[in-house]
Amino acid sequence: MEFHQTVPMNDTASSPSKSLPSLNILLTGVGGQGTILASNIVAEVGVALGYDVKKAEVHGMSQRGGSVVSQVRWGRQVFSPIIPPGEADYLIAFEKLEALRALSYLRPGGQIIVDPHAIPPVTVTSGDAHYPEDETIQVQLARITPHVHWIPGVAIAEELGNARAANVVLLGAFSALLNHDPDLWLGVIRQRVPEKYRELNEQAFARGRDLILTGPR
Amino acid sequence: MKRLLSGNEAVAHGAWEAGVRVAAGYPGTPSTEILETLARFPHVYAEWSPNEKVALDVAIGAAYAGRRALATMKHVGVNVAADAFMYVAMTGMEAGLVIVSADDPSMHSSQNEQDNRQYAKFARIPCLEPADSQDAKDLTIAAFDLSEQFDTPVLLRMTTRICHTSTPVEVGARRQEHPPLTDKYPRNPAKYVMVPANARKRHPIIEHRLEELAAYAETFPFNRVEMRGRALGVITAGVAYQYAREVFPDASILKLGMTYPLPQKRIRDFASRVDRLIVLEELDPFIEDQVRLMGVKLWPERVLYPHTKSIFPITGELNPAIVRESAVAAGLLPEPQAGEKQVVRGEDQAESPQPLPAGLKIRGNGHLDLPARPPVLCPGCPHRGVFYILHKLKVPVNGDIGCYTLGVVPPLSAIHTTGCMGASIGVAHGAAVAGDKERHVAVIGDSTFFHTGIPALLNVAYNRSNVITIILDNRTTAMTGHQANPGTGRTLQGKETREIEIEPLVRALGIDEVVTIDAYEVETIEKTLKRWLKQDGPAVLVAKHACALLPEERKKYVSLQVDPNVCNGCTICFRIGCPAILKSDKLDPKYHRPLAEIDPLLCTGCEICARVCPRDAISFRDQVLHLHYDP
Repeated sequence: MEFHQTVPMNDTASSPSKSLPSLNILLTGVGGQGTILASNIVAEVGVALGYDVKKAEVHGMSQRGGSVVSQVRWGRQVFSPIIPPGEADYLIAFEKLEALRALSYLRPGGQIIVDPHAIPPVTVTSGDAHYPEDETIQVQLARITPHVHWIPGVAIAEELGNARAANVVLLGAFSALLNHDPDLWLGVIRQRVPEKYRELNEQAFARGRDLILTGPR
Repeated sequence: MKRLLSGNEAVAHGAWEAGVRVAAGYPGTPSTEILETLARFPHVYAEWSPNEKVALDVAIGAAYAGRRALATMKHVGVNVAADAFMYVAMTGMEAGLVIVSADDPSMHSSQNEQDNRQYAKFARIPCLEPADSQDAKDLTIAAFDLSEQFDTPVLLRMTTRICHTSTPVEVGARRQEHPPLTDKYPRNPAKYVMVPANARKRHPIIEHRLEELAAYAETFPFNRVEMRGRALGVITAGVAYQYAREVFPDASILKLGMTYPLPQKRIRDFASRVDRLIVLEELDPFIEDQVRLMGVKLWPERVLYPHTKSIFPITGELNPAIVRESAVAAGLLPEPQAGEKQVVRGEDQAESPQPLPAGLKIRGNGHLDLPARPPVLCPGCPHRGVFYILHKLKVPVNGDIGCYTLGVVPPLSAIHTTGCMGASIGVAHGAAVAGDKERHVAVIGDSTFFHTGIPALLNVAYNRSNVITIILDNRTTAMTGHQANPGTGRTLQGKETREIEIEPLVRALGIDEVVTIDAYEVETIEKTLKRWLKQDGPAVLVAKHACALLPEERKKYVSLQVDPNVCNGCTICFRIGCPAILKSDKLDPKYHRPLAEIDPLLCTGCEICARVCPRDAISFRDQVLHLHYDP
């Protein structure tokens, strides 16, 4: 018995094109830092590049000051929206403790973009737990990869007049690590941020990019 | 044109393209964005109803009137709407009715993880399950057609991962404006008046409808066989399909777009074409049980009672790692070879060449002992003061569903039960009439009060129990992202409307002891509660202040300051659990305790800390503003 809906499979997933390597990007931060907005931008850039894209996140109670994780996968054909542990190529962390928390997702030798900004969780401010020292965080990150890029997004964004643009500073750095045309990213960012914050975000993006391309000034 | 849409946005697009005219729901993660998206389309009426039961009745009413209708809710909302769910399965409608249930495996934002596919079987209606956003849009359209073809409501079962994952979707135009299917409202009591005599005649009809649906399932285009190797065949649906593709790339797959009723012939045929057949699904063994009942052999053969799921976990969300580990444990996949093993667990000390730095511990499961970051009440949250006082008064508190459930988190630790929407008041009343010696306090939010709290408070008033009810009125439905409700004065589609006042409503229910107090006025709240604890009878406190995250409130933010010369590190302000209050590096010279300091980026100036400080070390808003204006 043959059914007309039976389709012979000619999968493309097993033969990813060399020009479009698959990329798993995990973004993490604290509720209110703009992690979801940043992942929306990363997902749209993937679409603009011609990838199949999946972006997964969890809303609701976790966003009330809790950890926020968003996952973006770019590929010829993406199945699971969730990145398996050890398979993220990039970890973008808008808060350094959250970088440590999400570290098991990174593949060894992957790239980390991390803001040195600290937001102590209530378990720390109440005195029940200890926020890890910078050295501890550095050592832990270095156990997985030598490619750790410390990008002071909050500091730069505050300098530009609005700490909320910190996420775009880190995206600027990310675009530089990918050797992408900045206009591709700026086109997406312009669509995603309100008109009155456009210039701020363009500057934030450029500052993050410069940190990778030319090093700290 | 392809657009990146979440599963929820895709359902909205699908409903709109299918010509939906009326949509109703109650906000609930992960379902909320469906109506928020749909409300912005033209030629659609969309509303937030006070609860899911009302929403479903509204959608049924529209479908009886011959217009395509949609009802959306989270999985537990279907429990609230279950009465309506069951009768509409009996009556059918005049036009398509689709009920979206957004289930929450792993309970990211829920009190349980029930598998609502069981409701479809319970009510004898079809269940469709999308596997990505394109599927969500296509199946929504298919659901409306199916609904009209078979005169049945259709359950569209989503899960958090489908709702909140964005994938590319081909969006299209609205179908030619869908005319009402009936010119005149139906006068057909045999079909629509479910008195026993009529209902008895309807029951055989819906059983017959189910047989016809099962026959149709054989050719339903979203039930799809993908033949690859014959060594392994996987029957799967929903997001589990994606995990099947990722973990078993060579397997043949029967992807079910309709998981109830099942296409029996296609399943038997698929079974005959593969050597080993398994079912991969999240939560309940819903497909698995049915396939076993058909007598189809699944791998591995073993006795499964009472746990009837053979390979994959029955609890929690799946992901590729869990699917792979379960398959290895069952002997379906080989153990990973040393070379393939992902030696990447950053927390695994055994694989670390370097010693751990001092001060960092490894827990038993091999994970780094990092400070947890639980969700907390936001800085400036108007609920904080009430919970601080309740903690101080050491009273038993019956809680409810909303942001304020976070009143359970230390250091506030002021909630002792939370079950479902509206439960607080009834549960407190139960303790009171049982003769519990302590006087109970029920705590409920404004939107939850409108949802199912009103009948429970009416019961307290009518049966005169000793319950103190605190309605935390923050002028919005905050937890799910500030949706409108009967107290906000505007509708989902932005129309101005009558803003219901809670205090007169409570009086009308029959309770005279009711006061409204600004939620930041902790001293007045404490005094009032203390007075009520000494007297008998029902009492209601409306603790009112708009959510600090609302745009109008944000404009009022002023960051307060701690005077380090006055603070002596007494820790009382730490006990309100505000994320903006930090322990500074400076120590009090006498007791060597860390002084308090305030994070200027987080502080909203709600003054609760200033009010509870016994030494007046924290400035009030006026003082800060005065300092700023002082040349």
